[in-house]
Amino acid sequence: MMSKEILSISNPRLKLEILSDEDVQRLHTATLDVIANTGVRFPSKHALTIWEEHGAQVDHATQIVKAPGELIEAALQKAPPTYSLAARIPEQDLALDGDHVYVATDGCGVEIIDLDTGVRRTSRLSDVMEIARVADALPEIAFHWVPLSAQDRPPHTRGLHEILAIWNNSTKHAQTESIYSAAEATLAVEMASAIAGGKEALRQRPLLSLMQCTAPPLGQDGGSLDAALIGSQAGLPVGFMTMTASLTTAPATLAGNLVVGNAEVISALALIQLAYPGAPVFYAAAQTASDLRSGAYTGGGPEDFLFGAATNRLADFYHVPLSMGSFATGAKEPNWQAGLENSLSTFMACISMSDMLLGVGLLHGSRIWSYEQMLLDCEIFSIIHKMMAGIPVNDETIALEAIHAVGPGGNFLTQKHTRRHMRELWLPRFLDRRPYNIWEEQKDDGRDWARAKARQLRTEHQPMTLEPRLEKELNQMIRTLEA
Amino acid sequence: MSSELFAAMTRSILDGEAEDAADLARQALAQGLDPLAAINQGYVPGIQQVGQEFSCGDAFLPELVMAGEAMKAAIAVLEPEMARQGVERSLEGRVVIGTVHGDIHDIGKTLVGTLLAAHGFEVHDLGVDVEVTRFVETARAVKADIVGLSALLTTTMVVQRDVIEALEDAGLRPSVRVMVGGAPVTRQWAAEIGAEGYSEDAAGAVQVARQLMAVA
Repeated sequence: MMSKEILSISNPRLKLEILSDEDVQRLHTATLDVIANTGVRFPSKHALTIWEEHGAQVDHATQIVKAPGELIEAALQKAPPTYSLAARIPEQDLALDGDHVYVATDGCGVEIIDLDTGVRRTSRLSDVMEIARVADALPEIAFHWVPLSAQDRPPHTRGLHEILAIWNNSTKHAQTESIYSAAEATLAVEMASAIAGGKEALRQRPLLSLMQCTAPPLGQDGGSLDAALIGSQAGLPVGFMTMTASLTTAPATLAGNLVVGNAEVISALALIQLAYPGAPVFYAAAQTASDLRSGAYTGGGPEDFLFGAATNRLADFYHVPLSMGSFATGAKEPNWQAGLENSLSTFMACISMSDMLLGVGLLHGSRIWSYEQMLLDCEIFSIIHKMMAGIPVNDETIALEAIHAVGPGGNFLTQKHTRRHMRELWLPRFLDRRPYNIWEEQKDDGRDWARAKARQLRTEHQPMTLEPRLEKELNQMIRTLEA
Repeated sequence: MSSELFAAMTRSILDGEAEDAADLARQALAQGLDPLAAINQGYVPGIQQVGQEFSCGDAFLPELVMAGEAMKAAIAVLEPEMARQGVERSLEGRVVIGTVHGDIHDIGKTLVGTLLAAHGFEVHDLGVDVEVTRFVETARAVKADIVGLSALLTTTMVVQRDVIEALEDAGLRPSVRVMVGGAPVTRQWAAEIGAEGYSEDAAGAVQVARQLMAVA
């Protein structure tokens, strides 16, 4: 049995002042200006009704809502600042308390580099199961996103097959970004209730959370809104992610990009609070800049890294947790670009203590799953985890006694102080520190070791599955929607 | 006199100034200039130059799109007169484009439409969340050479196949070629559903559309 330990960053000693208080206030004021005067599109009858009941200006033809700043601010104040994401076993619950950074798998890709053949192919449900099993074994991974789309299942129930695959292969919390219809959300709540032991038990311990994408610029997706409202009604944590891209769906300037995305996210969170005051919500973001030449999604670059650090300042301002896009390299293979982009994006998101990081394992701008990249990303997080602990300075760490004892020209290998602290030093799993001649004989590297490790975990790790009767029941629930 | 006007038209495209481009078109009509000459000697050299600069990396996407918008504004002014005279500008092809039913993602599809229009295609952009039947009806009505289908969700990608099947049922294949695109769409998916064209980005989509016209 593997350890149930989850590696998270807490008590950080590194800090970065990326935006001043005045900067944040200006971004907030501009955001309220946008929501009140230009408005945000909410293409959902349910959502428009809620806005109208609370006195916002609603244009039913365009589905654009204009809400005064006071309404947005009052609604956001009802959001709980801290809560927990529940796991199937309580020791893996995740406290979203502002003092933890947790990592998940990325989602939702469409292809996978097959772990056995090394060939790229379309993703299927068995991939979701196997990735969940490997993720269950890795302490760096605290919760799941749906990593890949189960394209061998019907589109209208695919999201349900995916979460069941995760629950049946891991005890860790599942957050899905792939449920965006009222029917699927309703059934997802029922399935989660069945596992939790009833609706009230689920409200107390939400085993599932929902992440919905906005539709930049300044829009929401109707099905996503309906699904989010159903989730919130059941007490599931719900978040809205903006992926504003400078140049195409947002201004070329980074501050302007933050304003557009912020308007999308806080208007959606305000809607949830108007409907269900006090419901757990979170901010989610993966802003970027489109490539100047092709307009393409880049999956990396200095703008992304800055957004990674800046967004938690906004989420903190609204006292809600943040789920931040990091990793998600644009590289086609686990190569230098992937290492560079994923290291910098994750470092910047960690240094501002983003609560949740999404996530490990995908290449080519979150499209192609690579087990190698998954393991290498975990290594990146473990490096950053070590860095965030900083350099504690106290009598014990200053080590005067040991220094006096060794004196000029000696070494510290035999000191008791060394033995006490040596295991605090970081050890690589996938960095090559071997002698040159050994490398020359083998010509292998971290990618090969990561692949071997993933194969081993996939074969050997035995997750705590659902009880067979429960799994059968959940499958039957899905079938009711397929009949 | 007209050569100065043509130069100004070219400039308006290079600068991406839609209002200037439209004003100059109105001036041309007021002076009784041939609208086709205005397009071919005034505006087209501008779009060609921007296109060339874009392909060698000297111009960026917003410049290409702004030039395309300026071109569109000028042609909109000239079109009624061309219709009155019964002349048509030479087209690369007719394209019907839209984001499939259930999907509201706009930007990629719009970009492809703008670039195709800028490169001499007649583009009928149906917008987002487009019903299968609208693609078929419009393709028939405008005698489309190409239908472009965008989908950004793994769950709406499947609708691209529905449209292709509906085009077949309507007897419009093989005179209509189908191009597909969108973040989750792959070359393999395009092949699986029988779409002739696939591009990962907008600039590539123009080349694909040209290739499809060449083999048509």
